[in-house]
Amino acid sequence: MVPALTRRPGADGHFTDAERAFVDAATARIIPTDDTGAGAREAGVTQFIESQLAGDFGDAARWYMQGPFKDGTDEQGYQLPLTPAQLYSAAIRAVDQHCRDFFGGRVFADLDAEEQDEVLRGLEAGEPELGDVDSRSFFKMLRANTVEGFLSDPMYGGNQGFVGWRLIGFPGPRYDYTRFIGRHGEPFPLPPVGILGRDGFI
Amino acid sequence: MPTKLPPVDVLLVGFGWTAAILGEELAQAGLEVLALERGQFRDTVPDFAMPQIQDELRYAVRHEMFQEPARQTITFRNNHAQTALPMRRLGSFNPGTGVGGAGVHWNGQHWRFLPNDFRQRSHVEERYGADFIPEGMTIQDWGVTYEELEPHFDRFEYLCGTSGVAGNLNGEITAQGNPFEGPRSRDYPNPPLERSLGTLLFDKAAREAGFHPFPAPASNTSRPYRNPLGVQMGKCTYCGYCEWFGCANYSKSTPQTTILPVLLNRSNFSLRTNCNVTRIKLDRSGKRATGAIYVDSSGEEHEQPADLVILSAYATHNVHLLLLSGIGEVYDPKTRSGTLGRNYAYQMVSGVDVFVEENLNPFMGAGALGQAIDDFNGDNFDHGPHGFIGGAYVALWTTGGRPILQHQLPQGTPEWGSAWKQAMAENYLRSASLSVHGSVMSYNDAHLDLDPTYRDAYGDPLMRLTFDFHDNERRMSRFVTARAEEIARAMRPRSYTVNQRQGPYSIVPYQTTHNTGGAVMGDDPSTSVVNRYLQHWDVPNLFVMGACVFPQNAGYNPTGTVGALTYWAAEAIKTRYLKNPGPLVDA
Amino acid sequence: MRAGLTVLAGAAVLTGTAAGLAQEAGFSDIERGRYLARVGDCVACHTAEGGEPFAGNRPIPTPFGTLYSANITPDRETGIGGWSDAEFERAMTQGMAPGGKRLYPAFPYPFFTKATRDDIRAIKAWLDTLEPVRQEVDPPELPWPLSWRALLAGWNALFFEEGVFTPVPGKSAEWNRGAYLVEGLGHCAACHSPKNLAGAVELDEAFEGGFGEGWFAPDLTGDLREGLGEWSVEDIVEYLKTGSNRFSSAGGPMAEVVERSTQHLTREDLRAMAVYLEDLPAAEEVAEPGDVRDLDELLMAEGEALFVDNCTGCHLMSGEGQEGVFPALAGSSVLQQEEPHSAIQIVLGGAEKPSTEAKPTPLAMPALGWKLDDDEVAALLTYLRNAFGNSASPVEHSTVTDVRSIIEEREGTAALASE
Repeated sequence: MVPALTRRPGADGHFTDAERAFVDAATARIIPTDDTGAGAREAGVTQFIESQLAGDFGDAARWYMQGPFKDGTDEQGYQLPLTPAQLYSAAIRAVDQHCRDFFGGRVFADLDAEEQDEVLRGLEAGEPELGDVDSRSFFKMLRANTVEGFLSDPMYGGNQGFVGWRLIGFPGPRYDYTRFIGRHGEPFPLPPVGILGRDGFI
Repeated sequence: MPTKLPPVDVLLVGFGWTAAILGEELAQAGLEVLALERGQFRDTVPDFAMPQIQDELRYAVRHEMFQEPARQTITFRNNHAQTALPMRRLGSFNPGTGVGGAGVHWNGQHWRFLPNDFRQRSHVEERYGADFIPEGMTIQDWGVTYEELEPHFDRFEYLCGTSGVAGNLNGEITAQGNPFEGPRSRDYPNPPLERSLGTLLFDKAAREAGFHPFPAPASNTSRPYRNPLGVQMGKCTYCGYCEWFGCANYSKSTPQTTILPVLLNRSNFSLRTNCNVTRIKLDRSGKRATGAIYVDSSGEEHEQPADLVILSAYATHNVHLLLLSGIGEVYDPKTRSGTLGRNYAYQMVSGVDVFVEENLNPFMGAGALGQAIDDFNGDNFDHGPHGFIGGAYVALWTTGGRPILQHQLPQGTPEWGSAWKQAMAENYLRSASLSVHGSVMSYNDAHLDLDPTYRDAYGDPLMRLTFDFHDNERRMSRFVTARAEEIARAMRPRSYTVNQRQGPYSIVPYQTTHNTGGAVMGDDPSTSVVNRYLQHWDVPNLFVMGACVFPQNAGYNPTGTVGALTYWAAEAIKTRYLKNPGPLVDA
Repeated sequence: MRAGLTVLAGAAVLTGTAAGLAQEAGFSDIERGRYLARVGDCVACHTAEGGEPFAGNRPIPTPFGTLYSANITPDRETGIGGWSDAEFERAMTQGMAPGGKRLYPAFPYPFFTKATRDDIRAIKAWLDTLEPVRQEVDPPELPWPLSWRALLAGWNALFFEEGVFTPVPGKSAEWNRGAYLVEGLGHCAACHSPKNLAGAVELDEAFEGGFGEGWFAPDLTGDLREGLGEWSVEDIVEYLKTGSNRFSSAGGPMAEVVERSTQHLTREDLRAMAVYLEDLPAAEEVAEPGDVRDLDELLMAEGEALFVDNCTGCHLMSGEGQEGVFPALAGSSVLQQEEPHSAIQIVLGGAEKPSTEAKPTPLAMPALGWKLDDDEVAALLTYLRNAFGNSASPVEHSTVTDVRSIIEEREGTAALASE
């Protein structure tokens, strides 16, 4: 019996080079490499997102995508006619164009960190207008997918070397805590493990 | 034309908790029972096997176990002035699909509603006067009492091997349990789960604040258990993957771990999966159900005749089927006439995040491992000075520490960047959340009907939800959340954040899968769809299970009460209906 | 029918407890036959996957090639509808079908020959009541000269002894009833004993465990580590009646035996079988649990890590399992068999406890073969065979590879991708 593990990493070729460069740069600002240690880049978040967008998630396979599409209230949730893959593609094109217009012809990936943060803060606040693409929806999705890539099981391509789990102290999917649940306040002694196993034996 | 299949005695539409209970009860009584399930067959191995099941991305984030909106969803609006739009992806609630239904991915938080909850209107009128009930609130009595349901609550708890400690044993208040609970005829079948540090901190703080904390009842087994059907369960190992997941070691009570090993062996029971029922058929008189139409996985339509038809799918799906089948008069909010779709209600949730000094190891937990207070639930306190109806429990649950969705960050933490990362590193192990889980009363403007525009994958209209919170619930929530804040303060945390429920009801963030009403029960056919035995008033050989029969929602998770009502209905069917098929209550 | 009883020596003892009582209570031969067919678990081999019960044509893999089981429904052309009682008896007791055609000893006539002729006729009487099913049976797939049935005369001459079970004087009626069932219709030794090159049971090592379908059917002798030395009579009865006891759960081929056969036997008969099995002496010198073996520390550390990461959800960190639910690894005889094949089977392919009337939950262990490679399985099992006071030889990588290929063949798929 083979468990139906959903998509494994390695869906290279979903992104164009420009898209990959954008995602790589943007996720590295969302979870930066800094004093607390490895960030999205070391975790492999770009690889994670690319593989997610190449699969059912990217296709909105589970979502209701029948029209008519209308703008709704915030309370009514996502109403764009775009799948996540389409949203990324359209948004990245629009953001890079916006950057070229305002940063002397440079695309997002070529901006310095300060400038990138400024653009991301803009997207988060719903600016600038990106034509058909709602910048706030895009930022929300990009931010969520970045966190997913940093903190999901390494078999999906992110959280390589368990960098996300090590940062926060999560030991991965372990099943028996009967010996530990009553040892209040003590640090849990075992190293992180993934669904496919440990990263070599420690 | 659908192909017509050989008839059965009993047809169960949907195969989760209620169908498993009824299937066992009625097959044991010798009837030929068939269950139709829209999703797939699933069992502990291989479908919930470790380690694959402990996959937050696949199940909790990407929703693999839940209903797919692509196939069927609802449309939603806050009020009649808006145009309802489809819920394109799941958010506020997560109905299940597949054998076991949401009974597979629930937490195991196994409560009994309070005695007064079942007499909601009478009780309020008696204690506070009829004027206490605000304009537009349509609460009513259930038509069944706690005393009548007690043996059935008990049966369901013993089926599940629920872990807990009695607070009221035949009227005697005990020291350790919930002193506010209705009297129970015997203690829980298993002792409480082990306590996490978080629950102990809550317990101490709640006592300090003058409240009465107790271990929340858990259908996660605290020790190996064999239920009255002989079905075996393991003990919970606190892996922290109950809610949104199947259980890998037979320690969360689900249809699979408590009933199916016996039921699936019965020769007079059968199950067909990947069969989506689209209509209940009535005969020409409109007074008798003749069976159901369903679509199988190849798109073929079949007609399954049956003498007795029971809607046992998720609450919203049962109502949708009644609407699609044209059974009963649809509720019209303008004229207040009609009953079908009326009195939709939900749950009012808020919380307080606490950031403590101690390492709480949040990843060690169980879906219903929690400490709670019931001091402010139901009518356990005098509402007179407060001017609202209903209440909430406050609990600290240690359900797990799955990193993507289960982390709390202090107020003001940015959503991204170094500060976010720093806050994650500092707080993941040292934070917890107090949840305030409150009731929602029913109102004349909260209801379900068919959407005029959007259709599901079978070409049928989606169901439309019109719902918003009312002032009564907001005030209730503010009041109980302030009590939660008292407990949070007494925990002496580094900091805490109060998350009040604000703004209109939103379909986006997850709240609870506790959708209630739409086909409510009661004593009066002009205000209810089913009678006190969950039998349809107009079509006596049609019964409707699930939380869609709740006339309004109490401040508890619904499954314990849903299970008790199912046993109650099963008994009525076995001891009365089968002897004399017809209305069990005169309309 | 009843006349047969008086002819046979010791028949009163043979019918011992339940069946004897049943006779006195006036149960028909047909009902007794149905019961005895359960003892023999006829349905197991004589039913193809998805086929009608007892209509045969199930492939029976043997080391020599594949045989197909007979259709034993009373269909005149394809089944045994045309057989007389005497012809049926001859097949059961001599391995000879009507017309003098010799049967391959994969059909356990070397065991069935010990059954009383009266019991055999009762089985026939019951089989006669079945609905005839037309089901042709495929010819055996054996290389020449094994396909030449005449050779079986030689096999019989060497390895087969015809004759009804003879009660052992000085042993209790219960013991003798147990011996009759275990050695005869129950044919336990067919799996639980080593076989010689010709596929016959090594009589001097009977019940010391043997290979079957890629599993190692464990030692049933009194050996403390590998055998039933720690088990009481009640433990054995509970295992056979319910599919599990405080030590172990039935898995693999034994799960089917419990589900179809032993759970349906009377407690009296199960007790008799247990009394007999309890009396089997340990084969060799009983090894004390806890032998210290010189094992590679690194390998043991890897094995321990794999155990902690993969097994503890049910068997717990302590390896003690959960009584009555998940078997203990500490002291497990399946784990400590000299031949580790069954343990490897369980790790690679998973196992499921039978659903019995007494314990209906088919508690299952998931397969781990998709995740663990052969080296990891070897390390894990070497650790488990020597942790918690267990002691057994290290598991070789190559043994895991062999078992994996058996499973892959069985599942007809490359499902268990070895990395």
